[in-house]
Amino acid sequence: MIYWQIFLANFMANLLGYGGGPATIPLLENEVVDRYGWFSVHEFSEIVALGNALPGPIATKMAGYIGYAQGGVLGAIIALFACVAPSLILIIALLGILMKFKDTNKVKNMTKLVRPAIAVLLGVMTIDFFTTSYKGVGIVQTAIIGIVSLLLLEKWKVSPVYVIGGALVYGAIFLGN
Amino acid sequence: MKSWDIFVAFFRSGMLGYGGGLSAIPLMKREVVETYKWMDDDEFSDILALANTLPGPINTKMSGYIGWRVGGFWGMLSALVGTVLPTVVLLIIFLTVLNAYKDKPWVNGMSKAVIPIAGVMLGVLTWDFIKKSKSTMGWTATIILLIISIVVMQVLGIHPAILIIGLLGSALLTKNKKEEKQVKAS
Repeated sequence: MIYWQIFLANFMANLLGYGGGPATIPLLENEVVDRYGWFSVHEFSEIVALGNALPGPIATKMAGYIGYAQGGVLGAIIALFACVAPSLILIIALLGILMKFKDTNKVKNMTKLVRPAIAVLLGVMTIDFFTTSYKGVGIVQTAIIGIVSLLLLEKWKVSPVYVIGGALVYGAIFLGN
Repeated sequence: MKSWDIFVAFFRSGMLGYGGGLSAIPLMKREVVETYKWMDDDEFSDILALANTLPGPINTKMSGYIGWRVGGFWGMLSALVGTVLPTVVLLIIFLTVLNAYKDKPWVNGMSKAVIPIAGVMLGVLTWDFIKKSKSTMGWTATIILLIISIVVMQVLGIHPAILIIGLLGSALLTKNKKEEKQVKAS
């Protein structure tokens, strides 16, 4: 039963996630936090943060970990399969047909119209994460870490590895109580 | 030997690509087009354009398809393993260790410190998606669709799947009208 749910959660999120890996993050949260209750918002935010600190595609890292946490190695394999297989099978099977249509408005409109919906889902998750952080460490720490990491990541283009690494050290020293 | 080459190509581009799917694409292109010469530049761009129109993670679509083209089923499997496995294993190790020591105050502090950063990362992604919408549809259409999405999902509490399927459906149905408009305008 759990394997079926792992499959379904990842399958849904990835089949509806138009706009690449990041688009699947809020859809995946919808399944594993809201629907199945496997993780709290706090735990899910850890998966997002550490997932971003490591190299490679984000959707498959998250799928693999979620599958592993819920169903061991078999769970991880099932989650990865559900994440990768549907769209890969589509592209292998339909490449010839899709090539003809790739420049038509029809196909372009699909991603275009879904994008604002994904933006809303991402925005809601952003608020969830900050609310969780506010409840855990208060507004001052949340603001300090938030603003510093925003500057580091976006303004000075520091790699997420160092930002997350720095945050882990900061947390161990100042937030450990 | 081919499967091994495919594995190495996608392992390298996966491990060096920080920041999610798209950042690995230029690295992947270098391996596929320049290092191993499995296809030319145009063909790679075509596959990328097409992969973008399908849902799901972009990297595995690209690597899986290229692996399939170059080395059949085993090529596809090598490409996927190279792209996915190393980083999944790393994340599982990291998070499992973190969870195992959660009762230690300093580990608990570490886990608390990353939440605001996850918030920042998602906030940035949110803004990216809004900007991309604006550049393809303009502000009016973007804002209307944002409001519709908020009402449907947050106020009415309808599952995102239903909204997305509805949007995909309307993209397919409104095709003719828009093309007519463009013809008239030009």
